[in-house]
Amino acid sequence: MTSSDTGTLTEQFRKLVTIAGCRHHFPLLRQYVNGKPLVYFDNAATSQKPQAVIDAMMRYYEEENSNIHRGVHSLSERATQSYEGVRHKVRAFLNAGDHREIVFVRGTTEAINLVAHCYGRAFVREGDEILISGMEHHSNIVPWQILCEERNAKLRVIPITDAGELDMDVYPSLLTERTRIVAVTHVSNALGTVNPIGEVIRQAHARGIPVLVDGAQAVPHMHVDVQELDCDFYAFSAHKMFGPTGVGVLYGKRRWLEAMPPYQGGGDMIKSVTFEKTTYNDVPYKFEAGTPNIGGGIGLGAALDYLHELNMDAIRQFEDELLAYATEQILTVPGVRIIGTAREKAGVLSFVMEGIHPHDIGTILDVEGVAIRTGHHCAQPVMQRFGIPATARASFAFYNTKEEVDAFIKALSKVREVLG
Amino acid sequence: MSALKELYQQVILDHNKTPRNFRKMEDATRSVDGYNPLCGDHYTVYVKLDGERIADVSFQGAGCAISKASASVMTSLVKSKTVEEVEELFGQFHRLVKGEIEGEEEVERLGKLAAFAGVSEFPARVKCASLAWHTLHTALKSEEKTISTE
Repeated sequence: MTSSDTGTLTEQFRKLVTIAGCRHHFPLLRQYVNGKPLVYFDNAATSQKPQAVIDAMMRYYEEENSNIHRGVHSLSERATQSYEGVRHKVRAFLNAGDHREIVFVRGTTEAINLVAHCYGRAFVREGDEILISGMEHHSNIVPWQILCEERNAKLRVIPITDAGELDMDVYPSLLTERTRIVAVTHVSNALGTVNPIGEVIRQAHARGIPVLVDGAQAVPHMHVDVQELDCDFYAFSAHKMFGPTGVGVLYGKRRWLEAMPPYQGGGDMIKSVTFEKTTYNDVPYKFEAGTPNIGGGIGLGAALDYLHELNMDAIRQFEDELLAYATEQILTVPGVRIIGTAREKAGVLSFVMEGIHPHDIGTILDVEGVAIRTGHHCAQPVMQRFGIPATARASFAFYNTKEEVDAFIKALSKVREVLG
Repeated sequence: MSALKELYQQVILDHNKTPRNFRKMEDATRSVDGYNPLCGDHYTVYVKLDGERIADVSFQGAGCAISKASASVMTSLVKSKTVEEVEELFGQFHRLVKGEIEGEEEVERLGKLAAFAGVSEFPARVKCASLAWHTLHTALKSEEKTISTE
């Protein structure tokens, strides 16, 4: 082992220790629910916010609030700089080549709708095909269905295996001359599967087809490099990665963004307006009509700073251990079956209990202070694929602990006690 | 634990495990699908009417213990009642799970329905308890073929 290896290992160890100690940065977690210490295992729905994010947003409203891109006054200039500074932070976070490839939106849902709307209008014609997968969230299904209906195009679906992985044997045969875009999730919100997104992109590109990646469940858990992936679009929400609700990001390769028509019309997305002719603004502003969620954007910037300090690779390693521990422990509970047993997973443990509906599990766990999600997780086709109406889902973040997993398992063993 | 015991009473656990009138009805006068889109609960309620009177009622579908037990108790209570009587019962049930019926005596007067009094402590579960009732109400009162709690 060379001295530089030792140095890296020490650094890695230091980061892991840092992660274990950062729980106290999240004020919400210090509370009792139904008389029990809160165990928050609903991170795939939304994550909690560190004090740094809350402070940054409060400071913005207390000291900087004004409209951006317009005022000649100092306050507006400061707000513009802070907000545009976040665009550069997002660029660095995703390792995008150019900050103009970062479009601010309301969240992943709007990002996908934007692409379906604008890319779809420009490039999808009657008889064309859109390819998604069987494990998509409704937000990566419905916008494409709407487009297909409007254009008389066809929605095709990559099947998933019993383990909850993309069927990569079938995938190549679904890439046809008519395929105009492939839209797949990086990490499944219902199953936790980490998809071989690099390979998905490579095969689509070999046939000249662009790829949109739904990154909502990936960015809180792992390092993402859009240039390395070579994806054409990448979408995510701030609120699932420790930032506020109501703000998200669409990364798009510049050549696509340039070739797409605007999304909504309004202020900020134009260069000049007359009743005869309007000239649109440059990218990304062409897609950002109206006053954006400035305070939310500032919060996103603070979340990115926070994650940068912690290091995404260390977060991944810490969470992998937590998920492995939870997986091992849950299988000791009689009658539990895990839904989604992919080789590579991140952050999500979906399960069912024989003879007991997930809703009843959710209520009993809540009484014990354990917050999980139950239901179809906005992924009804996934439930249909596994022949179940719903699952119970525990989803993790780096501030969760093994002690919380123990409390969760203990609460789970009470379910049969109550329901007999 | 006591709130949980109130919610999952023996009557509810029993009806969940062995639901009554849990079958498809081939000669139903009306059948309506009831969905809770938030959780995926789904039941079909079948009614056979003899004039204004419910000659037979049954249900099928899948959902949580609360929704299934509620559907089961409902079918066993409304059989041979008139449409008007059923509507009256639905009103009482609704007030009960919303916590609007006060006093033990008042609650006890509701008979088997009283088992659902504990639901009012769990606002997230009120929709589970009411799904079958809303579906039956639709079957009796309108032309709709499906209803949703949202």
